[in-house]
Amino acid sequence: MNQEIRVTNYPEVLTDRASHYCPGCHHGIAHRLVAEAITELGLVDKTILIGSIGCSVFIYNYLSLDAIESPHGRAPAVATGVKRARPDKIVFSYQGDGDLASIGMAEIMHCANRGENITTIFVNNTVYGMTGGQMAPTTLVGQKTTTCPGGRCRENEGMPIRMTEIIASLGGVAFAERVAVNNIKNIKKAQKAVTKAFECQTKEIGFSFVEVLATCPTNWRMTPIQANKRIETEMIPYFPLGNFKDVLAKEEK
Amino acid sequence: MPSRVEFREDRCKGCLLCTEVCPTGIIQQSNRFNQKGYKVAEVTAEMMTECKGCAFCAMICPDYAINVFKTESAKGGAA
Repeated sequence: MNQEIRVTNYPEVLTDRASHYCPGCHHGIAHRLVAEAITELGLVDKTILIGSIGCSVFIYNYLSLDAIESPHGRAPAVATGVKRARPDKIVFSYQGDGDLASIGMAEIMHCANRGENITTIFVNNTVYGMTGGQMAPTTLVGQKTTTCPGGRCRENEGMPIRMTEIIASLGGVAFAERVAVNNIKNIKKAQKAVTKAFECQTKEIGFSFVEVLATCPTNWRMTPIQANKRIETEMIPYFPLGNFKDVLAKEEK
Repeated sequence: MPSRVEFREDRCKGCLLCTEVCPTGIIQQSNRFNQKGYKVAEVTAEMMTECKGCAFCAMICPDYAINVFKTESAKGGAA
């Protein structure tokens, strides 16, 4: 007798509701990666989510976790407080590039440098998505946004910030990796990286950081498929994928 | 029918990322609109026989709109 089995098993922690994200936005995939990682590690009941400002501000609607919404950029500071008050809980912040690399630069740097035992998922789409596509610190040179209509130029605005490299150079960091979710191969790698980041936190060895390169088809003025291709052609050459720090792997050796 | 995919048409936003990753290329844009006005993705009944059940489409779908089912025979191996 033939039996039909369901291949797709969406984790329970992902709520069953339509998201507010634009078609083709990678936030949905990043949410699922986080949900799968904490489900796999059995951390669902003790995870506290620190939301940030940006398109992902409503993440508490899509992940059924205890959540705190923090002021713009201050998610790592709020996460520090939560983790110090409840060291038995797993605490992670989910931030965009406008939030983490711009207004929240001080918080993330010091949080990472202190080696706070939290995890940060950083979704980099090179633009301020929610507010209407303004230039972010990660906007690529030549990319047109509403605040640099002629394209970002190096002379005036400088080069885009590579966050993962900076974070990896800090002392308190246990894990730093940049991943993309534009194709299946990269999604599988991203899944492993997110799981490892949470694993680092369970082992209490320091700050863990995962940068996810994501699309913003609406503000890039592209179709979702074109935007997905841009990750490969423009973003990955400037933001190289890979692991920049992994204390856990070093210890195993 | 060895495998099949099911689209939740109320959730599909017609981004068509699934069409890019399908190794057999059987997913396409339909002519139907859902309630929100997105042209949803579909696999026609004839094309469905080619589905391998790899679930790549579900893996890249940002809106969790795809469910994949696989049928295996009692002896193991795909039917």
